[in-house]
Amino acid sequence: MASVLATSPSGALSRVPSVPVPYRVVRRCPETADSATLKLAPAGETLPPFVPGQFAMLCAFGIGEIPVSVAGLPVGEDALVHTVRTVGAVSDALYAMAPGATVGVRGPFGTGWDLGMAADRDVLVIAGGIGLAPLRPVVLDILGERERFGRLSVLIGARTPADLLYKLQTKVWSAAADVAVTVDRPAPGWSGSVGVVTRLLDRAVFRPANTVAYVCGPEPMIRATARQLVTRGVPARRIRVSLERNMRCGSAECGHCQLGPVLLCRDGPVIGWHRAEPLLTVPEL
Amino acid sequence: MKDVRRDAWVLRDDGLAALVRELARDGRQVIGPTVRDGAIVLAEVDDAAQLPHGWGVELAAGRYRLVRREDAMVFAHSAGPQSWKAYLHPQHVRRWTADRNAGGEWTVRGEDEREADAVPAYAFLGVRPCDLRAIAVQGRVLGGGPGADTAYRRRLDRTFIVAVECTDPGATCFCTSMGSGPAVDVHDRGYDLAMTELLDEGGHRFLIRAGSDAGAELLTRLPVEGAAPLTESAARHVVADAAERMGRSMPPVDLHALMAGSMAAERWDDVASRCLTCGNCTMVCPTCFCTTTEDVTDLTGDHAERWQRWDSCFDLDFSQLHGGPVRASGRSRYRQWLTHKLGTWHDQFGESGCVGCGRCIVWCPVGIDITEEAAALAEETGQPENRGSVQAAESVRHARQEGGGRR
Ligand SMILES: Cc1cc2nc3c(=O)[nH]c(=O)nc-3n(C[C@H](O)[C@H](O)[C@H](O)COP(=O)(O)OP(=O)(O)OC[C@H]3O[C@@H](n4cnc5c(N)ncnc54)[C@H](O)[C@@H]3O)c2cc1C
Ligand code: SF4
Ligand code: SF4
Repeated sequence: MASVLATSPSGALSRVPSVPVPYRVVRRCPETADSATLKLAPAGETLPPFVPGQFAMLCAFGIGEIPVSVAGLPVGEDALVHTVRTVGAVSDALYAMAPGATVGVRGPFGTGWDLGMAADRDVLVIAGGIGLAPLRPVVLDILGERERFGRLSVLIGARTPADLLYKLQTKVWSAAADVAVTVDRPAPGWSGSVGVVTRLLDRAVFRPANTVAYVCGPEPMIRATARQLVTRGVPARRIRVSLERNMRCGSAECGHCQLGPVLLCRDGPVIGWHRAEPLLTVPEL
Repeated sequence: MKDVRRDAWVLRDDGLAALVRELARDGRQVIGPTVRDGAIVLAEVDDAAQLPHGWGVELAAGRYRLVRREDAMVFAHSAGPQSWKAYLHPQHVRRWTADRNAGGEWTVRGEDEREADAVPAYAFLGVRPCDLRAIAVQGRVLGGGPGADTAYRRRLDRTFIVAVECTDPGATCFCTSMGSGPAVDVHDRGYDLAMTELLDEGGHRFLIRAGSDAGAELLTRLPVEGAAPLTESAARHVVADAAERMGRSMPPVDLHALMAGSMAAERWDDVASRCLTCGNCTMVCPTCFCTTTEDVTDLTGDHAERWQRWDSCFDLDFSQLHGGPVRASGRSRYRQWLTHKLGTWHDQFGESGCVGCGRCIVWCPVGIDITEEAAALAEETGQPENRGSVQAAESVRHARQEGGGRR
């Protein structure tokens, strides 16, 4: 297979391959009781470059393949960082992988978050649960070029304090961003906010007409958050949401990821709220 | 030399044997309609005698019956249960295989290329205009865009297509209202040869013309004679007449807009009360392309294979997410199917996903009729009439611009 795929001058494949390309787990960090972050490096060939918001199809040998967003793109490396939450056969297998294990990777697929839109604007990064994973590279990119952007607020919601991802990193982020965290169910020792993530918007400081919001989480959370933002005057087009549907291929040919007119693997997963809103109001679309 | 590329020719009925022979001589596996198990079935044809001479079909919603004709027409039957996607987009294909060594390293081999090259070069004999359009429509989904190299495109590029215009449409056909038949569009470059079957005072014969260089070359090897202007006009006539005798039609509204405006319609509950969500309609539809994948291993666990097989949006698993299926109700699954075919296919791929072949009407066990459902939605939502409807104009434009997704 290797020889038939063309490579670009940088050594990366110039096209998205139709077969998984072997990557190796070079680091594994447990995040919560049911999620872990894996750093993957090419075992041979390198995939074309990813941008934040895009996803890869990760394959566990003989078990299957699932869509997983990039949760980090270390600068100057070919590595991909993914945070996987275990919910079923494939995610269980990926979650359990130790350094040295091989993962098959295809990608990059889908649309990016479009950070260009946020230049000189205030930025709201709003995440629910595992939804923080695809947003992590947005925060890192903004922190890397802090002066290009206005005020940055990172609003994070989780079920319980034990379900919070990237606990140490989010503390570091608060040096250059307003980071706020809330949980649905507090645990002993929790002194932070309790309640849904939209509550955190009350305290966030942003200029609505000049703000870009990046939102990912469970669909009801996305809906509630985006509606609040619109009410507060953020233009729907500048509310970028990352949506989820069943996906089998990543290349717009299996038909599974349809959301009405949108093929989420091709036209998404990140789309503007102006497009998402009318679709998410149709039950069972 | 005859200007085979431009002119129309006449092939006598006994010339079909030469056509089959020449295609086989080129190393092609000829696939055409045959009679088997009480239906017109696509199968390998190595002798023109296997074609359904003198057979016709009687079609109704949920009903298919093979009947003896009083004449010897060969292609006077409409679409059977299968379509050409069985060959170009097979039901079950291996996408890749992988082996894992003792060190845990993988070697992955793409199978697309190997499989596409291992299958014979086909010649499709008797592709109806609706199915010709369906091949182009699937090609625009699975062909991977200009210059791409997908398994579908590779299979299609190696296939020789003999289209046959329709002269005897079925009671469930509605290609006229979808702009995809019963004539082959001469601007559609999706065929190599196109034929019109004639049986009148002039005898049993085929008007035949080339749609590609390969078709033109093959014509030079066939026992053809130049077509008289009268024969050409007779051929135009029988096809135009077929358009008038079309058994069904879509309501004359902008179907794309109708679907977009029907998401909350009550009709979906009505159809859901009849629909068995069996998925037959998706299996027989020549444009339905959805697939799922399965990874399997051998007993050692170190050899893995990815298989792709047809899937159906009527299946509960189709929209599975961790919390359960997105489309749990029958209402939402039928709605997904119909609005995709007639509506959102335009948004996704720039044309209609329905070519009016009528198969879904015939093979639905409870006789649900796509044209009737669309008409009921138009009535319920008060969609205005729009003669010269958009879907027809749009799909014709598409075929012209893109040469039917081929070459
Ligand atoms: C664009 C995108 C990005 C994602 N990013 C992440 C991420 O960064 N981290 C993470 O942990 N999860 C992510 N997910 C969700 C992840 O893909 C699912 O949890 C996973 O598919 C479940 O598969 P499974 O085999 O473990 O579970 P099962 O429940 O055994 O799933 C069986 C099959 O159903 C389908 N399926 C089930 N749930 C989902 C789902 N939520 N989304 C899509 N298909 C599903 C898959 O095709 C899967 O193979 C993402 C999903 C999408 C669509
Ligand atoms: S939807 Fe029905 S009539 Fe239309 S192309 Fe498919 S099977 Fe034929
Ligand atoms: S419309 Fe008919 S063929 Fe299609 S799923 Fe329903 S019952 Fe089956």
